[in-house]
Amino acid sequence: MWIYEKKLQYPVRVGKCDIRMARYLSEQYGGADGELAAALRYMNQRYTIPDKVIGVLNDISTEEFAHLEMIATMIYKLTKDASVCELEEAGLGPHFAAHDHALFYNNASGVPFTAAYIQAKGDPLADLYEDIAAEEKARATYQWLIDMTDDVDLQDSLKFLREREIVHALRFKEAVQIIIDDRNQKRVF
Amino acid sequence: MEANPCDQRYYEMLEQLQTLDFALVELNLYLNTHPDDLRSIEQFNQLTQERTKLANQFQELYGPLQNFGRAYSKCPWEWNQTPWPWQV
Amino acid sequence: MESQLRRYTPFRGPFDPCPPVPFKTYVVPPNQFITFQPPDLPQFSLQEALKYGTLWPALFSPYESKCKGGGK
Repeated sequence: MWIYEKKLQYPVRVGKCDIRMARYLSEQYGGADGELAAALRYMNQRYTIPDKVIGVLNDISTEEFAHLEMIATMIYKLTKDASVCELEEAGLGPHFAAHDHALFYNNASGVPFTAAYIQAKGDPLADLYEDIAAEEKARATYQWLIDMTDDVDLQDSLKFLREREIVHALRFKEAVQIIIDDRNQKRVF
Repeated sequence: MEANPCDQRYYEMLEQLQTLDFALVELNLYLNTHPDDLRSIEQFNQLTQERTKLANQFQELYGPLQNFGRAYSKCPWEWNQTPWPWQV
Repeated sequence: MESQLRRYTPFRGPFDPCPPVPFKTYVVPPNQFITFQPPDLPQFSLQEALKYGTLWPALFSPYESKCKGGGK
């Protein structure tokens, strides 16, 4: 089971009322390489991965949920006091028509989240290489988001999240090595 | 809740907690792939001890960090009180 | 710290409509050079670790906004 902890993993400050960024940030909320996709992908793959690396998937997935909450916090703070006109100017008119100020799992173009974004092949190497790729894609997305804002506070939280992708990718690479090197088990011919 | 949430001390203690917890997350992920690194396990256990102490102090002042029986409550029920993490 | 930035000049076609960018860049983060993290790597202080997003300087990858402060 999961126990919620009533705090963010890292402080999220938004220093500037730039509603436009809320729209772009949703790429990391409900996008193909976003935090929801990452969390769900790893949490689901853990059932069919060798025991030695279950913990890697379980715990990185859990951390991704904390990142999802950070992204949600950014979007929430940027949009909570926005008027309809301001939302429209920021390109969020279609979002408002369907969701008012509610957050929703869609990407920056408004496409709703789908499980088709993620994969579980049941082959440990195939799954782990997908995970490594997912981390690198998320890192790249964070770079483009950092490039799109001049709000140093927002940049600060996004830089933290970007670095986490780099560490996660390394842990998945180590998981690959553990699986490759596991010679304790009987060879199957 | 003893103290006013969102006062200066709240943010300071919260960041101290985030600091300790972050090191614990890093060591936890590292140990998942390095299970025989005794020195890191010792560091993990040491920081866990510090974290438990700080979390208890924080909860005494600002209410429970976790629910479902992981922290005590004063009256009225503290868990459901603001602020939630995305509000501060 | 050795730069993690790589640059290349994209081919310029004779009929490209827009003024060319002089070069393109991409980042090669330190995880590309580590297969398995060795034990006892030097650590950041805990405060620095939170700020940088990792406990180990060897895993840190700096990134600065192309937007910077003060708008485009």
